[in-house]
Amino acid sequence: MYAWLWRKLPGTTRTRVLTALALVAAAVAVLWWVVFPLFEPVVTLDEVTVRK
Amino acid sequence: MAIPGARIVQEYPDRMRAMLRAVGETSITAGLILMLFCAYLLWGTGAYTQQQQLLLQSELAADRAARERLSAVRPGEALAVLRIPALGRDYEYAIVEGVGTAHLKRGPGHYPDSALPGQVGNFVLSGHRTTYAAPFNEIDELEREDEIVVETREARYTYRVTSQDIVRPDEVDVLAPVPGKPGIRPVRAFITLTTCHPEYSAAERLIVYGVLKESEPREE
Repeated sequence: MYAWLWRKLPGTTRTRVLTALALVAAAVAVLWWVVFPLFEPVVTLDEVTVRK
Repeated sequence: MAIPGARIVQEYPDRMRAMLRAVGETSITAGLILMLFCAYLLWGTGAYTQQQQLLLQSELAADRAARERLSAVRPGEALAVLRIPALGRDYEYAIVEGVGTAHLKRGPGHYPDSALPGQVGNFVLSGHRTTYAAPFNEIDELEREDEIVVETREARYTYRVTSQDIVRPDEVDVLAPVPGKPGIRPVRAFITLTTCHPEYSAAERLIVYGVLKESEPREE
């Protein structure tokens, strides 16, 4: 998968590395600000109230 | 007897290698995403709380000018400021009215049915222990006589810690007007802090009890 992506990236090694880093950063940003906030309520590792 | 599948491996070694690599890469990616999610829970959620705390603080400042009555505070609004000097000089959180999920993401929350700050009865607060800025992360370190200061628009109430307990999540007796003794009429002002226990778990609740030591009106 990653090898295939690497082959698809255009340009010299330098531009490839930079594009790859940008792609990783974009993926992390989408996870952090979009996906994780949606999933966070499902995880109840911090239930703090006392109730019946 | 040949090992099942061995023939396939021999005949299509490239395809097998590609498949195994795909499985491996997917697993590594999933692991990294899970680690990132843990980091988000511990640190990412705190950013939201800090931003909401600023809103609550400015709400308090505005209300103070308007001298709005404490009992008129509705769920989701700022109630008071909480200070625990034993947990740090700069330990300060705006308390939000209500203990719903959305409320507690903004800061420590006040049980709407419990007493108001300084009132006779039980002033009960819940706060996150590990996520959303984790305001109650270190309340297990509180010792007897440590001070818990609650500042409302009108007055500063200083409670002193009396004891700690670990209870089941459904032990609502700790919320009673006299903590742990439901049905008894209170004559003193108590404070009760609740959070999860152990850390990173929802199995039990950590409870810190206190009683009002002194109250002084705030000067204009």
